[in-house]
Amino acid sequence: MSVHKPLPHDAARLHVTGAARYVDDIPTPADCLHLAFGLSTVAKGRITALDLDAVRSAEGVVAVLSAEDLSPNPDCSPSNHDEPLLSDGTIHYAGQPIFLVAASSHLLARKAAAKARVEIAEEAPILTIDAAMAADSRFEDGPRVYAKGDVEAGLARAVHVIEGRIEMGGQEHFYLEGQSALALPQEGGDMIVHSSSQHPTEIQHKVADALGIPMHGVRVEVRRMGGGFGGKESQGNHLAIACALVAARTGRPAKMRYDRDDDFVVTGKRHDARIDYRAGVDAEGKITGIDFTQYIRCGWAMDLSLPVADRAMLHADNAYLLPAARITSHRLKTNTQSATAFRGFGGPQGMVGIERVMDHIAHSLGVDPLELRRLNYYAPAKGSGQDGEAAVATPGGRLETADLAGRGSVKVETGAGHATRFGGAHSPVPSTEFGNTTPYGMEVEDFILHPMTEALAKASDWDGRRARVAAWNAENPVLKRGIAMTPVKFGISFTLTHLNQAGALVHVYQDGSIHMNHGGTEMGQGLFQKVAQVAADRFGVGIDRVKITATDTGKVPNTSATAASSGSDLNGMAVKAACDEIRGRIAAVVAEELQADPASVVFEDGQVIAGGASMPFDEAVKRTYMARFSLSATGFYKTPKIAWDRIKGQGRPFFYFAYGVACSEVVIDTLTGENRVLRTDILHDAGASLNPALDIGQIEGGFVQGAGWLTMEELVWDDAGRLRTHAPSTYKIPACSDRPWVFNVALWQDENREDTIYRSKAVGEPPFMLGISVFSALGNACAACGPNFPDLQAPATPEAVLAAVKRAKGTA
Amino acid sequence: MAIRFLLNGEAQVVEAAPTVTLLDWLREERHLTGTKEGCNEGDCGACTVMVTDQDGARALNACILFLPQLDGKAVRTVEGLSGPDGDLHPMQQAMIDHHGSQCGFCTPGFVVSMATAHLNGRTDHDDQLAGNLCRCTGYAPIIRAAEATEGAPVPAWMHEDLAALPDAPAPETPFIPRTSDDLAEWYAANPDATLIAGATDVGLWVTKGLRDLSPIAFLNQCADLKGIVTDGETIRVGAMTSVAEFGAFIADRHPSLAEMIRRYGSVQVRNAATVGGNIANGSPIGDSPPALIALGATLHLRKGAARRSLPLEEFFIDYGKQDRAPGEFVEAVSIPVQPDTLRVYKLSKRFDQDISAVCGAFNIVVERGTVTSARIAFGGMAGTPKRAARVEAALTGQPWTEATIAAALPAFAQDYTPMSDMRASAAYRLETAQNMLRRAFHDSAGVPTSALEVRP
Repeated sequence: MSVHKPLPHDAARLHVTGAARYVDDIPTPADCLHLAFGLSTVAKGRITALDLDAVRSAEGVVAVLSAEDLSPNPDCSPSNHDEPLLSDGTIHYAGQPIFLVAASSHLLARKAAAKARVEIAEEAPILTIDAAMAADSRFEDGPRVYAKGDVEAGLARAVHVIEGRIEMGGQEHFYLEGQSALALPQEGGDMIVHSSSQHPTEIQHKVADALGIPMHGVRVEVRRMGGGFGGKESQGNHLAIACALVAARTGRPAKMRYDRDDDFVVTGKRHDARIDYRAGVDAEGKITGIDFTQYIRCGWAMDLSLPVADRAMLHADNAYLLPAARITSHRLKTNTQSATAFRGFGGPQGMVGIERVMDHIAHSLGVDPLELRRLNYYAPAKGSGQDGEAAVATPGGRLETADLAGRGSVKVETGAGHATRFGGAHSPVPSTEFGNTTPYGMEVEDFILHPMTEALAKASDWDGRRARVAAWNAENPVLKRGIAMTPVKFGISFTLTHLNQAGALVHVYQDGSIHMNHGGTEMGQGLFQKVAQVAADRFGVGIDRVKITATDTGKVPNTSATAASSGSDLNGMAVKAACDEIRGRIAAVVAEELQADPASVVFEDGQVIAGGASMPFDEAVKRTYMARFSLSATGFYKTPKIAWDRIKGQGRPFFYFAYGVACSEVVIDTLTGENRVLRTDILHDAGASLNPALDIGQIEGGFVQGAGWLTMEELVWDDAGRLRTHAPSTYKIPACSDRPWVFNVALWQDENREDTIYRSKAVGEPPFMLGISVFSALGNACAACGPNFPDLQAPATPEAVLAAVKRAKGTA
Repeated sequence: MAIRFLLNGEAQVVEAAPTVTLLDWLREERHLTGTKEGCNEGDCGACTVMVTDQDGARALNACILFLPQLDGKAVRTVEGLSGPDGDLHPMQQAMIDHHGSQCGFCTPGFVVSMATAHLNGRTDHDDQLAGNLCRCTGYAPIIRAAEATEGAPVPAWMHEDLAALPDAPAPETPFIPRTSDDLAEWYAANPDATLIAGATDVGLWVTKGLRDLSPIAFLNQCADLKGIVTDGETIRVGAMTSVAEFGAFIADRHPSLAEMIRRYGSVQVRNAATVGGNIANGSPIGDSPPALIALGATLHLRKGAARRSLPLEEFFIDYGKQDRAPGEFVEAVSIPVQPDTLRVYKLSKRFDQDISAVCGAFNIVVERGTVTSARIAFGGMAGTPKRAARVEAALTGQPWTEATIAAALPAFAQDYTPMSDMRASAAYRLETAQNMLRRAFHDSAGVPTSALEVRP
C-alpha cells in the first residue's frame, strides 16, 4: 500500500543534484529571443511621449513593441479584461509594462529596455485605503455585506464591548524561481508554451486569445515551478502572452523571465488590509455580537480580488460561533500592483481580525485568552471530541509516528509534538442556542478543535508555561516573553463552485508501466508524489511503476488552477477514477481467465488476485491488451455537496474544514522591539494523511511563511507609489535562524468525515494561518510591559513592536 | 584575456568580458543550469558555488562573482558535488532522506553551502545557511539534514580541487595586479577605473545598474593587501582582508564586534566582501565603520608612491563623498590594541543577513565608576558613519549611572538627524539609538538584553 507513507518528494534526487529542470533551464534553440518589459516608474498618468529609438538601436535588439504595435492589445486579466499587456497610454501603477523588447540575450534585453525615453503627465495617485475610500475608488458598486442575526441587539445585550482596528501588511510571494515562460512556435500557427504557472489552462486560454486562434492551437506544459504560493495563478499570463506574441511574429522561440526587482515591481502580492471591529461579550465571555468592516486594498486591476475579499469575509469567524455578525467588505482600487492570490487567499486577513478581537477581549476582561477562545468555539462534531475516543482513532494504524522518525522537530527538547500523546480530555461545550452555523449560513459539522486544543494545551504545557512566562517577565526589565495559542479552521473548496472539478489521464503500457497525468501542477507541495501514491495503490504496484508526467493542456483539458489547497483532493480523485476504470477492465479479463467474480479481484503487492489464484500485474496487463481492451482511461471528479451564492452570502461554499492549532512563545526586546520565536508546537489536521512527510513539510513551511507575513515581511511604498522594498536586500523573508528554536509539529490522527481521497484533507493553505500564534504571542509580550492594550499592528517589525510596547506602558 | 580555473575538476581557459558573472557563464555558456538565479544580487544564495584556492574552500554567490575573480582558483557547482560514479554527496542524500527540498529551486544553493560547511567542519548551521533563502520548508528539515550529516566522512572528491589548482599567469586584461605597487602605479595612471575587491557591492552596479565599469582592476590577487598583522600596539588589517577573516580574528579581542560580523551579510557575502571595500564604498549603513571608529581606527590611503593616514571618521565627508583623491585607494585600516570595552548593536528587521536600520558602536571606558573615555559611532543615523560627539561629551567625566544616561539622551538629537526610509522611520532610528545607550548600561550591569541569547 503506497498511500499514507512518508515517501520523499518525487523529484528530491533531481533537486539535490541540480538536475530538476525549471522553465529557464530548458534547452532552447540557438535563435531563441529573450524578452524584457520597459516599466513605468510613475504610478498614475498619461504617456505623452514614448521614444524607443535608442532601445531599437541597442545591441542585440530584434524587436520592440508598444501598444500601438498591437491590435488588439492582448488582455492579461484572469477576470475582468482590465489588464492590457502593454499600457494603452494610461498609467495605472509604477511597474506597469509600457513596451516590450526582444533581444538576443536576457541581459541585452534588460540593457536595451533601460534606454527608453518615456514622458508621462503625472496625476496624483490613489495609494492608500483612506485615499481610496475618500475617492470611492473600488471594485463592485459598493461594499459587500454578509450577516447573521441581529448585530445591534447582540451588542446591546453585551456586558462588555470592545472596539478597535487592526492593520495588516501585504506580502510578496518570493517564490525562489521568478516568473518565466518560453514559447516555441509550431507549424500552422500553433504554439507550445512552457510556463511557470499554477494554471496552465488559463495560460492556454490567454495565449490563444492573444494570438486569435482557438485553444486547440496552444499547448501549455508545466513540469514544475520553483514555488508558487498563489503568485503564479494569474501573474504568469503577461510573460506567456508576450513570448507567444513575439514567437508568432518572428517565427523564433521566445523566452522571458523577470529579473527579481522587476518581479517585485510588476506582479501582485497579498492584499494588505485594515479591519475595524466592534464586539460584545456576555458576563461569561461569550461573544454576543460582532461587527467587522474589512478594507481590502486590491491595487489597480480586479484580478482575483473579489474571491479573495470574499474569503476574508468567510474566515471572519475562524473557529468561533458568532450568534450575530455583520461583515462589511470594501474592495478598494489603488494605483499599485494588482494584489493577487497568496496562500490563504484572504482567509488569513479575515482570521487575523477575529483573533485580534479574541486577544483584545481577553485583555479587557483579564482572562486567559485560550479559555476565552475555547469558550467561543463552535460546537464539536458529533462523535468527535466529546467522547474523546473518536478523536484519536488511528485508522489501520497507518499514521504511526514511527514513520516520522526524525521529523518531530529540530532540537526537540521536550518530546512534545508526537501525535500519539494527543487526544485526551475535553473542553466545555459551547451553547448551541444560536445554532452551529457560520455567518454565511453553513452548518459546521466537523468541528474538532476542542480535543485538538486540549491535546496541544497538554503537550505544550500551556498552563505551566504561561505561569513561567509571567514569572520570567517579572525578573527581566529589558526582555519580555509572550505566549499564545491560536486555532485555524479553514474552508476547503473553491468558492467559485464550477472550479471544483478535475480530470486525469492514465495509460498502462504493455510492460505494466504506468503513465499518469492530471490537471494539477507541481510547485513543491508534493502533489505529484501524493497522486502517484494513489495510482500505485489502485493498481497494487510499487511507486516506481508510475511515471509522473508534466501537466499538459493537451492531455487533460479545462483544468482549474492548482490553488485553494485543492490539488490532491481534486486530482487524487480524478486519477483514482481513471485507474479504477482501467482496473475494472483488467479485472474482467483476469476474472474470466481465473474463473472468478470480477468484483472479487484484488490488486496487491504487484499481483492481481482472484479467487485462490493470482498473476503478476504485468501479466494481467499483457492479457488485457491481448484481449483487445483499452489500457488508457480518463478520470473525472467534481466536489459534491457544495452550493454557494456569493452575492447573498449564503450556502455551503466548502466541502469541509481543515483544522489546526499552534502554540508559540516569543521574546521581545523592549528597547528596540527586536523579537524572535522561541518555541512553537503545532497540531494539525490533514485527515488521514496521504503522505505524512509531505504534509508535515507543508505545515512547517506554511507556519514559517505565515509568521514571516506578520513579523519581518514589510512592503513599503513611497508617497509617489513606488515600491521601495523590491528585492531581498530590502524585503526580508524569514531566514534559517528565524524558525522557532524548538519546533514541534504533529498530525492529528483522524480521518476526514467527508469522502475525500483516502479520507485525507487539504493541507496547502491552512497551516499558513498557524503563524498567527506568533503575532498573538508578540502582542502578549508587549502587554507584559504595561497596563494598556498594546494594540500591536502587523507586520510586527521591531518598529511596530516598540510602538506597541509604548502603548502598553502608556508612553506612546 | 584568458582566465584559467577548474570547473568541477576540469581545467578551463575562458575568454570573456570582465564583468560576465560566473552564474551567467555557467548557465548560458556551459548549460550547467543546476546553479540558479534567485535574486541576482547576492541575497538569496540560490547560485551558491564552492570556490577553492590556497586559503581553502568557501561558499560564494555566483551571481555577483565576475570570471576574472576566479583566475587560478577552482569552482565546484552542484553538478560537481556528486562523485565520479554518480554517488551522491552525503549531504545530498540527507536532504532527500529528511525531505529538505520542496520546490527544489533553492536546493542546489543549499546543498553547495552545506557541503562546503561540511568540508570545513562547520556545524553552526544557522550561520552557515543564513545566506540561503528557502520559501517552502521553513528550514526545519534542512537543518535536520545538516545535523544528520555532522561527522559523516567528507567524500574524497571534495578534497581534489586544492591539489589541482591551475597555474594562472596574469592575463593582459583585465588588470589583475599581484602587488599593491603594481596597483598603485596603474591606478594613478587610470584614476577613472573601477576597483573591484569582493564585488558584493560593485557586482550590483552590473547586475542591477547595468553599468559598464571599464577600465577595471581586480584586487583579489594583491597578496600584500591581504591579511592582518599585529605588533602588540596596533592591529593592521589589509584592505583586501575578507570580512570573514576579520571576524574570526577579532572574536577573542572584541567579541561584540565579532557577533555583529556574524550577522553581517551572510557566509557567502563575508567570504567575498573585504574590510577595505566596506570602508571605501562610503555607505552610510556599512556595518564595520561604526565599530572601527569606536575603536579609534586609522585609515591608510595610497596614491602612486604617496601614502597618508587619517582617523577613519574623517574619511567620511558627506553622503557619497569621501576623502579619497582620484587614483587613491585604501591600503589598510589599523586599530589600536586596547582592553575590550566595545559593544556593537546591529538593528534590522531580520537578525541575519539584513542591512542595518541602525548600527551603534559604544566604546565606553569606566574607571572607578566614572566614564573616562567614550567613543560612540553610528551607521544609519546620518549620510555617513558618524561619531556621536555630543553624546560622548555628555558622558565623559560623569559617573556611569542611569541618571547620566538619561541626561545624555537628548544629545542624540544634536548629533543626528536621521531619515525615514523603507528600513525605519526617523523617529524610530533616533529613539533606538538612544535606547542602545541604555542597553549598553544594562549590559554593563549584567542585565540580559539580547533576545538572541534567550532560550525556550
